Amino acid sequence: MVPRVRMIKEMESINSKICAMAEQVEKDILKAVKALQERDTILAREVIDGGDVVDDMEEEIQKECFNFLATQSPVGSDLRYCVSIMKMIRDLERIGDHCEDLAKYTMRLENADYGQELVNIPRMADMSAKMVSNAIAAFLSRDLRMARKVWKADEEVDELFRTVYDKQIELATQQQGNTEVYIMFAFVAAHLERIADYATNICEETVFSLEGETAME
Amino acid sequence: MDKHETFEISGLNLFYGDFQALRNIDLKIKRHEITALIGPSGCGKSTFLRTLNRMNDLIPISRVEGEVLYDGQKIYQKDYDVTNLRKEVGMVFQKANPFPKTVYENIVYGPKVHGINDKAELDVIVEKTLKEVALWDEVKDRLHKSAMGLSGGQQQRLCIARCLAVNPQVILMDEPTSALDPIATSKIEDLMQDLAERYTIIIVTHNMQQAGRISDRTAFFLMGEMIEINSTQKIFSRPDNKRTEDYITGRFG
Repeated sequence: MVPRVRMIKEMESINSKICAMAEQVEKDILKAVKALQERDTILAREVIDGGDVVDDMEEEIQKECFNFLATQSPVGSDLRYCVSIMKMIRDLERIGDHCEDLAKYTMRLENADYGQELVNIPRMADMSAKMVSNAIAAFLSRDLRMARKVWKADEEVDELFRTVYDKQIELATQQQGNTEVYIMFAFVAAHLERIADYATNICEETVFSLEGETAME
Repeated sequence: MDKHETFEISGLNLFYGDFQALRNIDLKIKRHEITALIGPSGCGKSTFLRTLNRMNDLIPISRVEGEVLYDGQKIYQKDYDVTNLRKEVGMVFQKANPFPKTVYENIVYGPKVHGINDKAELDVIVEKTLKEVALWDEVKDRLHKSAMGLSGGQQQRLCIARCLAVNPQVILMDEPTSALDPIATSKIEDLMQDLAERYTIIIVTHNMQQAGRISDRTAFFLMGEMIEINSTQKIFSRPDNKRTEDYITGRFG
Protein backbone atom coordinates (compact mmCIF):
# COMPACT_ATOMS: atom_id res chain seq x y z
CA MET A 1 0.00 0.00 0.00
CA VAL A 2 1.33 3.38 -1.02
CA PRO A 3 -0.95 6.06 0.41
CA ARG A 4 -0.77 9.40 -1.32
CA VAL A 5 0.76 11.28 1.57
CA ARG A 6 0.61 14.77 0.10
CA MET A 7 -2.94 14.33 -1.14
CA ILE A 8 -4.10 13.14 2.25
CA LYS A 9 -2.32 16.04 3.94
CA GLU A 10 -4.11 18.49 1.67
CA MET A 11 -7.45 16.84 2.39
CA GLU A 12 -6.78 17.07 6.12
CA SER A 13 -6.03 20.77 5.76
CA ILE A 14 -9.29 21.32 3.84
CA ASN A 15 -11.17 19.26 6.44
CA SER A 16 -9.89 21.31 9.35
CA LYS A 17 -10.78 24.54 7.53
CA ILE A 18 -14.32 23.43 6.70
CA CYS A 19 -14.73 22.34 10.31
CA ALA A 20 -13.71 25.85 11.46
CA MET A 21 -16.06 27.44 8.92
CA ALA A 22 -18.97 25.31 10.14
CA GLU A 23 -18.19 26.26 13.75
CA GLN A 24 -18.18 29.92 12.76
CA VAL A 25 -21.60 29.81 11.05
CA GLU A 26 -23.04 27.74 13.89
CA LYS A 27 -21.94 30.45 16.34
CA ASP A 28 -23.35 33.15 14.04
CA ILE A 29 -26.79 31.48 13.89
CA LEU A 30 -26.99 31.27 17.68
CA LYS A 31 -25.62 34.76 18.17
CA ALA A 32 -27.99 36.29 15.62
CA VAL A 33 -31.05 34.81 17.29
CA LYS A 34 -29.76 35.57 20.78
CA ALA A 35 -29.32 39.18 19.68
CA LEU A 36 -32.91 39.23 18.44
CA GLN A 37 -34.23 37.62 21.57
CA GLU A 38 -32.32 39.91 23.94
CA ARG A 39 -32.53 43.01 21.75
CA ASP A 40 -28.77 43.11 21.82
CA THR A 41 -27.76 45.38 18.95
CA ILE A 42 -24.08 45.16 19.87
CA LEU A 43 -24.19 41.40 19.39
CA ALA A 44 -26.18 41.85 16.18
CA ARG A 45 -23.54 44.28 14.89
CA GLU A 46 -20.87 41.68 15.73
CA VAL A 47 -22.66 39.14 13.52
CA ILE A 48 -22.97 41.63 10.65
CA ASP A 49 -19.30 42.64 10.92
CA GLY A 50 -18.29 38.99 11.16
CA GLY A 51 -19.81 38.20 7.76
CA ASP A 52 -16.48 38.83 6.09
CA VAL A 53 -14.84 36.14 8.21
CA VAL A 54 -17.08 33.46 6.68
CA ASP A 55 -16.56 34.88 3.17
CA ASP A 56 -12.79 34.79 3.68
CA MET A 57 -12.98 31.20 4.92
CA GLU A 58 -14.94 30.21 1.83
CA GLU A 59 -12.37 31.86 -0.43
CA GLU A 60 -9.48 30.18 1.37
CA ILE A 61 -11.04 26.71 1.12
CA GLN A 62 -11.97 27.30 -2.50
CA LYS A 63 -8.35 28.15 -3.29
CA GLU A 64 -7.18 24.96 -1.60
CA CYS A 65 -9.74 22.96 -3.57
CA PHE A 66 -8.56 24.49 -6.84
CA ASN A 67 -4.98 23.63 -5.96
CA PHE A 68 -6.07 20.15 -4.97
CA LEU A 69 -7.80 19.63 -8.32
CA ALA A 70 -4.93 21.14 -10.28
CA THR A 71 -2.10 19.28 -8.61
CA GLN A 72 -3.56 16.00 -7.35
CA SER A 73 -5.86 15.12 -10.28
CA PRO A 74 -8.34 13.43 -7.94
CA VAL A 75 -10.60 10.71 -9.29
CA GLY A 76 -13.28 8.48 -7.80
CA SER A 77 -14.08 9.20 -4.16
CA ASP A 78 -11.34 11.85 -3.97
CA LEU A 79 -12.93 13.75 -6.84
CA ARG A 80 -16.37 13.46 -5.29
CA TYR A 81 -14.93 14.65 -1.98
CA CYS A 82 -13.49 17.80 -3.57
CA VAL A 83 -16.64 18.58 -5.55
CA SER A 84 -18.72 18.10 -2.40
CA ILE A 85 -16.50 20.43 -0.39
CA MET A 86 -16.81 23.14 -3.02
CA LYS A 87 -20.60 22.90 -2.87
CA MET A 88 -20.67 22.74 0.94
CA ILE A 89 -18.64 25.90 1.39
CA ARG A 90 -21.09 27.70 -0.87
CA ASP A 91 -23.91 26.47 1.39
CA LEU A 92 -22.06 27.54 4.53
CA GLU A 93 -21.37 30.95 3.02
CA ARG A 94 -25.07 31.38 2.29
CA ILE A 95 -25.91 30.41 5.85
CA GLY A 96 -23.53 33.20 6.87
CA ASP A 97 -25.52 35.62 4.69
CA HIS A 98 -28.75 34.52 6.37
CA CYS A 99 -27.19 35.21 9.76
CA GLU A 100 -26.32 38.73 8.66
CA ASP A 101 -29.91 39.27 7.56
CA LEU A 102 -31.16 37.96 10.90
CA ALA A 103 -28.89 40.41 12.69
CA LYS A 104 -30.18 43.25 10.52
CA TYR A 105 -33.74 42.49 11.67
CA THR A 106 -32.57 42.93 15.27
CA MET A 107 -31.22 46.37 14.38
CA ARG A 108 -34.45 47.25 12.60
CA LEU A 109 -36.67 46.05 15.47
CA GLU A 110 -34.51 47.70 18.13
CA ASN A 111 -37.31 49.76 19.61
CA ALA A 112 -40.31 47.72 18.45
CA ASP A 113 -42.73 45.96 20.74
CA TYR A 114 -42.44 42.27 19.87
CA GLY A 115 -45.90 41.59 21.24
CA GLN A 116 -44.98 37.98 22.07
CA GLU A 117 -42.47 35.75 23.81
CA LEU A 118 -39.95 34.27 21.41
CA VAL A 119 -40.09 30.52 21.99
CA ASN A 120 -40.12 28.67 18.71
CA ILE A 121 -37.69 31.00 16.92
CA PRO A 122 -34.85 30.22 19.38
CA ARG A 123 -35.79 26.55 19.08
CA MET A 124 -35.52 26.77 15.32
CA ALA A 125 -32.14 28.47 15.71
CA ASP A 126 -30.87 25.75 18.06
CA MET A 127 -32.06 23.02 15.73
CA SER A 128 -30.71 24.63 12.56
CA ALA A 129 -27.33 25.34 14.17
CA LYS A 130 -27.13 21.77 15.41
CA MET A 131 -28.09 20.45 11.99
CA VAL A 132 -25.25 22.41 10.41
CA SER A 133 -22.63 21.21 12.87
CA ASN A 134 -23.90 17.62 12.76
CA ALA A 135 -24.03 17.66 8.95
CA ILE A 136 -20.39 18.68 8.79
CA ALA A 137 -19.49 16.16 11.51
CA ALA A 138 -21.22 13.42 9.50
CA PHE A 139 -19.25 14.43 6.41
CA LEU A 140 -15.91 14.49 8.20
CA SER A 141 -16.52 11.21 9.99
CA ARG A 142 -17.95 9.64 6.81
CA ASP A 143 -21.07 8.70 8.76
CA LEU A 144 -23.93 8.01 6.36
CA ARG A 145 -26.40 7.17 9.10
CA MET A 146 -25.76 10.43 10.84
CA ALA A 147 -26.09 12.35 7.57
CA ARG A 148 -29.47 10.75 6.90
CA LYS A 149 -30.62 11.46 10.46
CA VAL A 150 -29.70 15.13 10.17
CA TRP A 151 -31.43 15.30 6.78
CA LYS A 152 -34.59 13.90 8.32
CA ALA A 153 -34.51 16.46 11.16
CA ASP A 154 -35.38 19.13 8.61
CA GLU A 155 -39.01 18.05 8.85
CA GLU A 156 -39.17 19.30 12.45
CA VAL A 157 -37.71 22.65 11.48
CA ASP A 158 -40.24 22.93 8.67
CA GLU A 159 -43.00 22.24 11.15
CA LEU A 160 -41.73 24.88 13.55
CA PHE A 161 -41.55 27.33 10.68
CA ARG A 162 -45.21 26.74 9.89
CA THR A 163 -46.09 27.21 13.56
CA VAL A 164 -44.21 30.52 13.79
CA TYR A 165 -45.59 31.70 10.47
CA ASP A 166 -49.20 30.88 11.41
CA LYS A 167 -48.71 32.62 14.74
CA GLN A 168 -47.52 35.82 13.06
CA ILE A 169 -50.45 35.75 10.63
CA GLU A 170 -52.80 35.31 13.54
CA LEU A 171 -51.27 38.22 15.49
CA ALA A 172 -51.24 40.44 12.41
CA THR A 173 -54.88 39.61 11.70
CA GLN A 174 -55.82 40.50 15.23
CA GLN A 175 -53.98 43.78 14.68
CA GLN A 176 -52.26 43.46 18.03
CA GLY A 177 -49.29 45.77 17.86
CA ASN A 178 -47.04 46.52 14.95
CA THR A 179 -47.69 44.42 11.83
CA GLU A 180 -44.15 44.98 10.60
CA VAL A 181 -42.86 43.09 13.62
CA TYR A 182 -44.93 40.03 12.71
CA ILE A 183 -43.77 40.20 9.12
CA MET A 184 -40.18 40.44 10.33
CA PHE A 185 -40.58 37.41 12.59
CA ALA A 186 -42.09 35.44 9.71
CA PHE A 187 -38.99 36.38 7.72
CA VAL A 188 -36.74 35.35 10.59
CA ALA A 189 -38.42 31.95 10.68
CA ALA A 190 -38.08 31.66 6.91
CA HIS A 191 -34.35 32.39 7.16
CA LEU A 192 -33.90 29.75 9.83
CA GLU A 193 -35.87 27.28 7.74
CA ARG A 194 -33.55 28.00 4.79
CA ILE A 195 -30.52 27.48 7.01
CA ALA A 196 -31.83 24.02 7.89
CA ASP A 197 -32.32 23.37 4.16
CA TYR A 198 -28.66 24.20 3.55
CA ALA A 199 -27.76 21.71 6.26
CA THR A 200 -29.72 19.06 4.35
CA ASN A 201 -27.76 20.00 1.21
CA ILE A 202 -24.59 19.25 3.15
CA CYS A 203 -26.04 15.87 4.13
CA GLU A 204 -26.83 15.14 0.49
CA GLU A 205 -23.29 16.07 -0.46
CA THR A 206 -22.01 13.70 2.22
CA VAL A 207 -24.01 10.85 0.72
CA PHE A 208 -22.80 11.81 -2.78
CA SER A 209 -19.21 12.00 -1.61
CA LEU A 210 -19.37 8.58 0.01
CA GLU A 211 -21.66 6.70 -2.33
CA GLY A 212 -21.64 8.61 -5.60
CA GLU A 213 -25.35 9.34 -5.51
CA THR A 214 -27.69 11.49 -3.47
CA ALA A 215 -30.49 9.04 -2.63
CA MET A 216 -31.39 10.01 0.93
CA GLU A 217 -34.29 7.71 1.79
CA MET B 1 -21.68 -12.14 -31.30
CA ASP B 2 -23.14 -8.65 -31.49
CA LYS B 3 -22.27 -6.86 -34.74
CA HIS B 4 -21.12 -3.89 -32.67
CA GLU B 5 -18.42 -5.99 -31.08
CA THR B 6 -15.00 -6.51 -32.59
CA PHE B 7 -13.75 -8.94 -29.98
CA GLU B 8 -15.57 -11.23 -27.63
CA ILE B 9 -13.32 -12.90 -25.09
CA SER B 10 -14.61 -15.56 -22.77
CA GLY B 11 -12.96 -17.68 -20.10
CA LEU B 12 -9.51 -16.63 -21.26
CA ASN B 13 -6.57 -18.02 -19.30
CA LEU B 14 -2.95 -17.56 -20.27
CA PHE B 15 0.03 -19.35 -18.81
CA TYR B 16 3.75 -18.69 -19.10
CA GLY B 17 4.95 -22.15 -18.16
CA ASP B 18 3.50 -22.74 -14.68
CA PHE B 19 2.73 -19.09 -14.11
CA GLN B 20 -0.82 -18.05 -14.82
CA ALA B 21 -0.73 -14.50 -16.23
CA LEU B 22 -4.42 -14.16 -17.15
CA ARG B 23 -7.31 -15.58 -15.20
CA ASN B 24 -10.71 -16.25 -16.65
CA ILE B 25 -11.10 -13.03 -18.61
CA ASP B 26 -14.52 -12.26 -20.05
CA LEU B 27 -14.64 -9.09 -22.09
CA LYS B 28 -16.29 -7.59 -25.14
CA ILE B 29 -14.58 -4.91 -27.18
CA LYS B 30 -16.90 -2.61 -29.05
CA ARG B 31 -16.25 -1.49 -32.59
CA HIS B 32 -14.93 2.02 -33.15
CA GLU B 33 -14.46 2.65 -29.47
CA ILE B 34 -11.30 3.36 -27.58
CA THR B 35 -10.91 0.85 -24.77
CA ALA B 36 -8.23 1.60 -22.19
CA LEU B 37 -6.62 -1.14 -20.13
CA ILE B 38 -5.24 0.03 -16.80
CA GLY B 39 -3.67 -1.69 -13.82
CA PRO B 40 -0.39 -1.96 -11.93
CA SER B 41 2.73 -3.37 -13.55
CA GLY B 42 2.53 -7.12 -13.99
CA CYS B 43 -1.27 -7.21 -13.83
CA GLY B 44 -1.56 -8.83 -17.25
CA LYS B 45 -2.87 -5.95 -19.32
CA SER B 46 -0.08 -6.07 -21.94
CA THR B 47 -0.27 -9.87 -21.99
CA PHE B 48 -3.99 -9.56 -22.60
CA LEU B 49 -3.42 -7.04 -25.39
CA ARG B 50 -1.03 -9.45 -27.09
CA THR B 51 -3.58 -12.26 -27.01
CA LEU B 52 -5.76 -10.23 -29.37
CA ASN B 53 -3.42 -10.60 -32.33
CA ARG B 54 -1.70 -13.72 -31.05
CA MET B 55 1.59 -11.99 -30.41
CA ASN B 56 1.98 -14.26 -27.38
CA ASP B 57 2.46 -17.12 -29.85
CA LEU B 58 6.00 -15.77 -30.20
CA ILE B 59 6.68 -16.69 -26.57
CA PRO B 60 7.29 -20.45 -26.67
CA ILE B 61 6.24 -21.16 -23.06
CA SER B 62 2.93 -19.35 -23.37
CA ARG B 63 -0.29 -21.35 -23.47
CA VAL B 64 -3.82 -20.09 -23.96
CA GLU B 65 -7.13 -21.52 -22.79
CA GLY B 66 -10.56 -20.14 -23.47
CA GLU B 67 -11.97 -18.33 -26.44
CA VAL B 68 -11.15 -15.15 -28.32
CA LEU B 69 -13.57 -14.28 -31.09
CA TYR B 70 -12.55 -11.66 -33.63
CA ASP B 71 -15.38 -10.70 -35.95
CA GLY B 72 -17.08 -13.88 -34.83
CA GLN B 73 -14.12 -16.14 -35.67
CA LYS B 74 -12.19 -18.15 -33.09
CA ILE B 75 -8.66 -16.83 -33.50
CA TYR B 76 -7.06 -19.63 -31.49
CA GLN B 77 -8.49 -22.44 -33.59
CA LYS B 78 -5.91 -24.51 -35.40
CA ASP B 79 -6.17 -23.35 -38.99
CA TYR B 80 -6.81 -19.68 -38.28
CA ASP B 81 -4.82 -17.34 -40.56
CA VAL B 82 -2.56 -15.55 -38.07
CA THR B 83 -0.83 -13.42 -40.71
CA ASN B 84 -4.15 -12.02 -41.78
CA LEU B 85 -5.13 -11.52 -38.13
CA ARG B 86 -2.03 -9.40 -37.56
CA LYS B 87 -2.84 -7.38 -40.67
CA GLU B 88 -6.35 -6.75 -39.37
CA VAL B 89 -5.21 -6.18 -35.81
CA GLY B 90 -2.17 -3.92 -35.90
CA MET B 91 0.02 -3.03 -33.00
CA VAL B 92 1.95 0.01 -31.81
CA PHE B 93 4.49 -0.34 -29.04
CA GLN B 94 5.78 1.70 -26.14
CA LYS B 95 8.99 2.65 -27.85
CA ALA B 96 8.69 3.83 -31.43
CA ASN B 97 10.36 1.14 -33.54
CA PRO B 98 10.70 2.38 -37.11
CA PHE B 99 12.73 0.17 -39.40
CA PRO B 100 16.17 1.61 -40.10
CA LYS B 101 14.98 2.53 -43.54
CA THR B 102 13.50 5.62 -45.18
CA VAL B 103 10.16 7.06 -44.14
CA TYR B 104 8.69 5.83 -47.42
CA GLU B 105 10.04 2.31 -47.04
CA ASN B 106 8.65 2.07 -43.53
CA ILE B 107 5.14 2.71 -44.80
CA VAL B 108 5.26 0.51 -47.89
CA TYR B 109 6.84 -2.44 -46.10
CA GLY B 110 3.52 -3.96 -44.98
CA PRO B 111 1.59 -3.39 -48.21
CA LYS B 112 4.50 -4.96 -50.13
CA VAL B 113 4.44 -8.03 -47.88
CA HIS B 114 0.75 -8.29 -48.68
CA GLY B 115 1.44 -8.19 -52.41
CA ILE B 116 1.09 -4.56 -53.44
CA ASN B 117 4.02 -3.61 -55.68
CA ASP B 118 2.57 -0.94 -57.93
CA LYS B 119 4.58 2.26 -57.33
CA ALA B 120 1.62 4.61 -57.92
CA GLU B 121 -0.54 2.61 -55.55
CA LEU B 122 2.17 2.59 -52.91
CA ASP B 123 2.60 6.36 -53.29
CA VAL B 124 -1.09 6.81 -52.61
CA ILE B 125 -0.88 4.62 -49.50
CA VAL B 126 2.13 6.58 -48.22
CA GLU B 127 0.45 9.95 -48.65
CA LYS B 128 -2.91 8.74 -47.32
CA THR B 129 -1.53 7.11 -44.18
CA LEU B 130 0.90 9.92 -43.41
CA LYS B 131 -1.98 12.36 -43.72
CA GLU B 132 -4.10 10.17 -41.47
CA VAL B 133 -1.51 10.50 -38.73
CA ALA B 134 -0.99 14.21 -39.44
CA LEU B 135 2.65 13.63 -40.36
CA TRP B 136 2.49 14.34 -44.09
CA ASP B 137 3.26 18.06 -43.90
CA GLU B 138 6.20 17.40 -41.62
CA VAL B 139 7.85 14.68 -43.73
CA LYS B 140 6.65 15.08 -47.32
CA ASP B 141 9.98 16.63 -48.30
CA ARG B 142 12.02 13.94 -46.65
CA LEU B 143 10.18 10.77 -47.56
CA HIS B 144 13.36 9.16 -48.81
CA LYS B 145 15.49 10.03 -45.83
CA SER B 146 16.00 7.75 -42.87
CA ALA B 147 13.10 7.47 -40.43
CA MET B 148 15.65 7.36 -37.64
CA GLY B 149 16.16 11.12 -38.05
CA LEU B 150 12.59 11.90 -36.95
CA SER B 151 11.75 13.03 -33.42
CA GLY B 152 10.34 10.48 -30.95
CA GLY B 153 6.79 11.74 -31.46
CA GLN B 154 7.16 11.73 -35.23
CA GLN B 155 8.61 8.20 -35.13
CA GLN B 156 5.62 7.02 -33.11
CA ARG B 157 3.18 8.60 -35.56
CA LEU B 158 5.16 6.97 -38.38
CA CYS B 159 4.72 3.59 -36.65
CA ILE B 160 0.98 4.24 -36.42
CA ALA B 161 0.98 5.15 -40.14
CA ARG B 162 2.92 1.95 -40.89
CA CYS B 163 0.26 0.04 -39.00
CA LEU B 164 -2.54 1.79 -40.94
CA ALA B 165 -0.86 1.11 -44.29
CA VAL B 166 -2.11 -2.49 -44.33
CA ASN B 167 -5.65 -1.34 -43.71
CA PRO B 168 -6.32 -2.83 -40.27
CA GLN B 169 -9.62 -2.84 -38.40
CA VAL B 170 -8.14 -2.71 -34.93
CA ILE B 171 -5.10 -0.93 -33.50
CA LEU B 172 -3.56 -2.26 -30.31
CA MET B 173 -1.42 0.28 -28.50
CA ASP B 174 0.90 -0.70 -25.69
CA GLU B 175 1.76 2.47 -23.76
CA PRO B 176 2.25 4.41 -27.00
CA THR B 177 3.08 7.74 -25.38
CA SER B 178 5.03 6.76 -22.30
CA ALA B 179 8.31 7.83 -23.90
CA LEU B 180 6.95 11.07 -25.36
CA ASP B 181 6.81 14.65 -24.08
CA PRO B 182 3.40 16.29 -23.38
CA ILE B 183 3.14 17.95 -26.80
CA ALA B 184 3.92 14.76 -28.73
CA THR B 185 1.58 12.89 -26.36
CA SER B 186 -1.20 15.34 -27.03
CA LYS B 187 -0.75 14.90 -30.81
CA ILE B 188 -1.00 11.11 -30.48
CA GLU B 189 -4.07 11.44 -28.26
CA ASP B 190 -5.77 13.74 -30.78
CA LEU B 191 -4.85 11.27 -33.47
CA MET B 192 -6.40 8.41 -31.53
CA GLN B 193 -9.69 10.31 -31.21
CA ASP B 194 -9.64 10.86 -34.95
CA LEU B 195 -8.72 7.26 -35.76
CA ALA B 196 -11.44 5.88 -33.50
CA GLU B 197 -14.00 6.99 -36.09
CA ARG B 198 -12.59 4.40 -38.49
CA TYR B 199 -10.77 1.90 -36.29
CA THR B 200 -11.23 0.10 -33.01
CA ILE B 201 -8.49 1.06 -30.58
CA ILE B 202 -7.35 -0.78 -27.49
CA ILE B 203 -4.70 0.98 -25.46
CA VAL B 204 -2.66 -0.09 -22.47
CA THR B 205 -1.69 2.93 -20.44
CA HIS B 206 -0.15 3.67 -17.07
CA ASN B 207 -1.29 7.24 -17.36
CA MET B 208 -4.73 7.33 -15.83
CA GLN B 209 -5.37 10.89 -16.89
CA GLN B 210 -4.71 9.70 -20.43
CA ALA B 211 -7.21 6.87 -20.06
CA GLY B 212 -9.68 9.44 -18.72
CA ARG B 213 -9.04 11.87 -21.54
CA ILE B 214 -9.25 9.58 -24.53
CA SER B 215 -11.08 6.33 -23.87
CA ASP B 216 -14.75 5.44 -24.06
CA ARG B 217 -14.45 2.45 -21.77
CA THR B 218 -11.81 1.43 -19.29
CA ALA B 219 -10.97 -2.03 -18.00
CA PHE B 220 -9.06 -2.45 -14.74
CA PHE B 221 -6.76 -5.44 -14.44
CA LEU B 222 -5.20 -6.75 -11.25
CA MET B 223 -3.04 -9.84 -10.78
CA GLY B 224 -4.18 -11.40 -14.03
CA GLU B 225 -7.87 -10.75 -13.44
CA MET B 226 -10.08 -8.21 -15.07
CA ILE B 227 -11.70 -6.62 -12.07
CA GLU B 228 -14.03 -4.19 -13.77
CA ILE B 229 -14.92 -2.74 -17.13
CA ASN B 230 -17.15 0.27 -17.35
CA SER B 231 -17.59 3.55 -19.13
CA THR B 232 -14.48 5.63 -18.51
CA GLN B 233 -16.59 8.31 -16.90
CA LYS B 234 -17.93 5.80 -14.39
CA ILE B 235 -14.55 4.23 -13.67
CA PHE B 236 -13.03 7.60 -12.79
CA SER B 237 -15.98 9.02 -10.89
CA ARG B 238 -17.75 6.10 -9.26
CA PRO B 239 -16.25 2.69 -9.97
CA ASP B 240 -18.27 -0.33 -8.90
CA ASN B 241 -15.38 -2.25 -7.39
CA LYS B 242 -13.48 -1.20 -4.27
CA ARG B 243 -10.20 -2.46 -5.77
CA THR B 244 -10.69 -0.25 -8.81
CA GLU B 245 -11.35 2.70 -6.52
CA ASP B 246 -8.23 1.95 -4.47
CA TYR B 247 -6.12 1.77 -7.61
CA ILE B 248 -7.36 4.87 -9.42
CA THR B 249 -7.14 6.95 -6.26
CA GLY B 250 -3.58 5.77 -5.70
CA ARG B 251 -4.40 3.96 -2.46
CA PHE B 252 -2.26 1.09 -3.69
CA GLY B 253 -0.11 0.18 -6.63
